[in-house]
Amino acid sequence: MRQPDSLRQTETVVPEPYLAVNNLSVSFPSEDGVVHAVDGVSLSVVRGKTLAVVGESGSGKSVTALAVMGLINRKSATVTGEVWLDGEELVGMNDSSVRKLRGSKMAMIFQDPMSSLHPFYRVGAQLSEAARVHRRISKAAARAEAIEMLHRVGIPAPKRRVDDYPHQLSGGMRQRVMIAMALINSPALLIADEPTTALDVTVQAQILDLIAKLQDEFNTAVILITHDLGIVADVADDVAVMYAARVVEAAPTERLYASPEMPYTLGLLASIPRMDRRTDRLDPIKGNPPSPLKHPSGCVFHPRCKYTDRVPNGACMEIRPELLLSEPDHLVRCHIPSPERHEIATEALDALSAKAAVAGADL
Amino acid sequence: MAAYLVRRVLLMISLLLILSVAVFLLFNMLPGDPARLTCGKSCTEAVIEQNRQRLGYDDPPLTQYVKFMSGIFTGRVFSPESPEPIVCAAPCLGYSFNRHEQVLSLIVRAAPVTFWLAIGAFIIWIAVGVSLGIFAALRRGRWPDRLVLGVSLIGYSLPSFFFGLLLMFFVVIQWQWLPYPSYVSPFEDPVGFLQTMILPWIVLAILYAAFYMRLTRNQVLEVFNDDFVRTARAKGLPERTVVVKHALRAGLTPIVTAAGLDLAGLLGGAIISENIFNLPGLGALSVESITNSDLPLITGITLLTASLIIVANFIVDLLYAVVDPRVRLV
Repeated sequence: MRQPDSLRQTETVVPEPYLAVNNLSVSFPSEDGVVHAVDGVSLSVVRGKTLAVVGESGSGKSVTALAVMGLINRKSATVTGEVWLDGEELVGMNDSSVRKLRGSKMAMIFQDPMSSLHPFYRVGAQLSEAARVHRRISKAAARAEAIEMLHRVGIPAPKRRVDDYPHQLSGGMRQRVMIAMALINSPALLIADEPTTALDVTVQAQILDLIAKLQDEFNTAVILITHDLGIVADVADDVAVMYAARVVEAAPTERLYASPEMPYTLGLLASIPRMDRRTDRLDPIKGNPPSPLKHPSGCVFHPRCKYTDRVPNGACMEIRPELLLSEPDHLVRCHIPSPERHEIATEALDALSAKAAVAGADL
Repeated sequence: MAAYLVRRVLLMISLLLILSVAVFLLFNMLPGDPARLTCGKSCTEAVIEQNRQRLGYDDPPLTQYVKFMSGIFTGRVFSPESPEPIVCAAPCLGYSFNRHEQVLSLIVRAAPVTFWLAIGAFIIWIAVGVSLGIFAALRRGRWPDRLVLGVSLIGYSLPSFFFGLLLMFFVVIQWQWLPYPSYVSPFEDPVGFLQTMILPWIVLAILYAAFYMRLTRNQVLEVFNDDFVRTARAKGLPERTVVVKHALRAGLTPIVTAAGLDLAGLLGGAIISENIFNLPGLGALSVESITNSDLPLITGITLLTASLIIVANFIVDLLYAVVDPRVRLV
């Protein structure tokens, strides 16, 4: 799904993003205080491209997606900021107008296909329902479309499977059904929230390939939410790294992997298990993600950051860094000066490959 | 499916058999002399001995049980040699020497009263309990929800005998809005029937409705957290469709089970309501049979009630398979 670099360079007109999220915040009141689940997140994605949103559990990536979809209950949460979808602003829009966009212009698939389909209705009925709620088509036409979609997502014998109940399908098949349901109205934005986490490893690749194939067919903008940096490298055009409700680094995928700048991203990259690097042990980030109830002062990552002494006057502990441009397409939220960040990254990546080389020599 | 039905029916029959043994043993083999209970306090030992022989209480337990069971199919004659033998025609569930009537005909006479009482209360409690439960769940945490929970708590903790007597005292005696309850068949006098039944229906329904409000509310709230409800919203379905077609369809199914079993339990008799409101149903009959130590009658009613529950269980299981496609009867 990634376009070759040569093609990218010939692009003269920068396409308008299909989805642009500006300064989105979501907070929930709770008994222990206000939970800031998403704090000033900005993202954008154009049609045909994939943006990966990466982060640990609780970093706010799923809540961001739900907020874009208008699936955050506004009675129990406060949503502020802007969500622009195809030129329309959704946060200020009334519920029923947003509802009409859900499933038609934007669609979402979820982590657990085992529980995401209704257990009491046949697959075909659930697919047709998704089509018929947005378009005036007959039941027969909707059923025909459902069968067609099942075929397109690679379900064998779709004419028979259309009358199955979800429990009669395997996990991978169910996720295919979810994808078919999401794409039945050809939405231009697909949000996939950890779509492969609940699946067998062998099925994971198939599902990702399927999403990529359908993305090409439908020219869809895809947001892939994941904690798995391993799959990001293969499928995403751009990556946004989230930590403690904020975006801490965002860049095109190759750039992010080649020269990460934020220490948290470095930590994430160092902790990917890789088959081509025989290391004795993984290098996890020390400490735990902060409680969403009380984010640390200054940089939210500072309690776990190894490099706070590189910044004078303890700014990391006191001043909250902004998300700033480091390169034309590279945003970083870090107090460490840019040249020094590059140094740190180079050192860290070198150390990583040195370790790999040593381990490799042992073979 | 056919194999399942056959197996379930066989299972039911064997369960009923075991049950009959248990009930028979429980009531006939316990300490206490059934022969002595057949006549009043002034009985002489000679009469007791005579009765013991006439009624077969001197037989070994197994013989007694076999006679009892075969009586269900072929009928029974007690003391055949005496000038006035007691004939208990098939199906003979026993004979109440206390009342000089077959147990079955006593039950058949009382059953319709209990049936109407249970059905009426059932309709009210399901209608009120389930709809208020849904209503509360949809307004979770706001004042209507708290109100429903409060009402449910009151209804649940209100002792029904007290509430029944209260209603009886004010509505019937003090204000005389309703005539003194006296059961008539709905087919003979529909107005009189309703006038008699409305208070016991309310008393009985309140207790169950209170429980069903909470049950429904919790079921619905739980289902709202389910992933498939989020999927329904993500599809862009109107909230109404999300609630009715997706959430309630799944959330209310467990209530089918609870409701079926509760109704079956109630069909065995509502002891308190029937006694307060002077309804000659199975509940009142069982209380009388216990106070009179009418063993054959107690045995008969207990057997019948237990059978009802076994059958209801079976029906509920069948229903569940209809409602939930994941349940397969194999």
